[in-house]
Amino acid sequence: MTEIISVLVPVGMLGVGVQADEVKRGIAAGADVIALDAGSTDSGAAYLATGVAKYNREAIKRDLLILMAAQAEAGIPLLIGSCGQSGNDIAVSWVRDIAVEVAEELEISPRIALLYSEQEQGVIKAKSALGKIRPLPPSGPLTDVSIDRCAHIVAMMGPEPYIAALRAGADIVLGGRTSDTAVLAAVPLMRGAGIGPSWHAGKIGECGAQCAVNASGAAGVLMRIGIDRFEIEPLSPSERCDVQSVSGHMLYENSDPFRLTEPGGVLDVSEADYQSVDERTVRVTGSKWEPMPYTMKLEGAGPGPFQTIMIIGIEDPEVLASLDLFHDRLHAALIERVERTFGEEAGDYNISLRIYGWNAVSGQPVPKGSAAPREVGVMFVASASTQSLATRIAKACNPYFFHFPLNRGKDLPSYGFPFSPSEIERGTVYKFYLNHVVAVDDPLELVRTEWVDLRARSKAGAVHG
Amino acid sequence: MAKLREVCRHIRSKNAGPFWVTVDLFFDGPENYRKYRDSDALAAATFASLYGTDPKFVKRFAIDRLNTVKISFVRATAQGGVIERDMHAGQQYVRLLDLEMN
Repeated sequence: MTEIISVLVPVGMLGVGVQADEVKRGIAAGADVIALDAGSTDSGAAYLATGVAKYNREAIKRDLLILMAAQAEAGIPLLIGSCGQSGNDIAVSWVRDIAVEVAEELEISPRIALLYSEQEQGVIKAKSALGKIRPLPPSGPLTDVSIDRCAHIVAMMGPEPYIAALRAGADIVLGGRTSDTAVLAAVPLMRGAGIGPSWHAGKIGECGAQCAVNASGAAGVLMRIGIDRFEIEPLSPSERCDVQSVSGHMLYENSDPFRLTEPGGVLDVSEADYQSVDERTVRVTGSKWEPMPYTMKLEGAGPGPFQTIMIIGIEDPEVLASLDLFHDRLHAALIERVERTFGEEAGDYNISLRIYGWNAVSGQPVPKGSAAPREVGVMFVASASTQSLATRIAKACNPYFFHFPLNRGKDLPSYGFPFSPSEIERGTVYKFYLNHVVAVDDPLELVRTEWVDLRARSKAGAVHG
Repeated sequence: MAKLREVCRHIRSKNAGPFWVTVDLFFDGPENYRKYRDSDALAAATFASLYGTDPKFVKRFAIDRLNTVKISFVRATAQGGVIERDMHAGQQYVRLLDLEMN
C-alpha cells in the first residue's frame, strides 16, 4: 500500500476548544479520521480516583457538537481516547451520555463503540500473583496493599481495540484510558501506513497545535502519514510548523526525548530527520518502531487523608521583615496547640504553612538579603485521617493563626481573613498508587467493548449492546 | 562564571507522569550548548541537592539538533501528596536559573 493516511487532530484535548473552521479545513484537505484524546494523568490523581472529569460538561458537549457533526457529514471515523480525563468506566460512560445527547440534537445516528479498560482489583491481584506485573522506575514490586488502596485502576490501551471497533463498523469510538499516541496512530496503522511514522506522528500531534511555532495561535493539526514518512501542518492557515517546533515537541512531558515506550513496542526517533517542506509543513523520516512483548501501563488512584485550609493576608511590616522567623514560631505554636488539645487523637496529622509572596511555591529557604514583600498570603493546610478531624484541628488553630504576634508584649495583631467561616473543607487528598505495567497475551484481553448503536435504534427502537 | 539563565534562551519544567519531573534547557546557540552540554553543574548531584531526588534516577539527554539538554528526575514525593506545592511541576525550573555553570 502506498496511500497516504490523513489524520485530523482538532485540538490537544477534548473540551479545550475545537475550532469549527479548522475542522472544516482539515476535512476539505482529505482527512481520513478525526482523532484526539480527552484526558491525562497530568492534573493529578483526583480525576482517576473519583471518575469526575477535569473539564465541565458544557465544554465537552460544545466540542462534541462540532466533531460529531463533522464525522457524520464527512463519513470518516471519530476516535476519542481517555474519555472524561481519567478514562475510567465512570468517565467513559459520562462522555457516552453527552455524545448520545449530541447525536439526538444533531439528528444523526452513529454507531458508537465504547472501550472500557478499567480493571477489578481481583484481576490485577491475579495478574500480579502470576508474575505478569512489573514496576516502572522508581517504584518497587506491586503489593496487594497498593492495589487495595486504589479506588479505580485503568489499563492504558494501544491502538488495537480502536482498530477492532472500526472493523466492526464503528463510526465513533469513545475509549477509556489510552495512550494518546495510539489513538492518533490507530487508523494509519490499520490502513498500512509505516509503523514508525504512524507512532511518531501520533506523538508529535497528540497536543494538537502545540507543535506549531506559535502554539497559542491554533487548535489543531493535520498529519499525512505514508510508508516511510509523515508530514504535519497546523489546521489554521495563518499558523506554521517548523523543524524546531516539531522536533522540539518530542521533549514535551516526556522523560526520554528519543525513545518512547508504547503498548507493544518502543518508538525510537533518535535517527529521525526533520525537514521543512514549505513555510508551514514539516516532513519527518527515519522514525523507527521496535516491537516488544505487549504490555499495558496501569494507573491506579485512591483516597488518602483529608484536608482543611485557612487563608490570611498580612501587610504588617514587622512580620514581613521577618517572615522565616514568623513561619517557624507560628508553626511551632500550632503544633503545640494541636498536641495539647487533641493528644493521641490527632493521629498522623500534618500542618503546613505556605507563605505566598515569599516561598510557598518552592518551600525552599529564601536567599539571604531578599527584600521584604509588600504583602503575603499565608495558607494553612491541616491534613488528617478524617475531614472532621482536619476541620477540628483547623478550628483549634484558628485563634493562633489569626492573632499570632511575631514578638510578645504588644497588642495581639489580627491578620486579614478573606472568608467567614475562615476554614474551608478541601476534601480528600487523592494519590497515585500504581506505576507498573501488566503483560497481556492479547491487546484486547483487558478491554471490554460495548456499543450504542443509534443507527439500529433509529430503525428499531432502543438497542443497547 | 555564567549563570544558566544567561546561556539559555528558554528553560522550562513539567511533570512527565506522576512520578517524574523533566527539565528542558534550550541553550542560546551551538557554542554555549557544546560548552555546557556535559557540564558538572548539570550532574545528578546538583539535582539531588536542589530537589532531594535520588541521583541514580537522574537521566540526562543531549539533543544536538535543538542545542538542548533535557534532564529528567524522580519527584521527591509523588505528584499530589499532602505537601504538594506545584502539581504540574511547572515552576520547578526556577531554582536552576542562577546555577553557576562551569
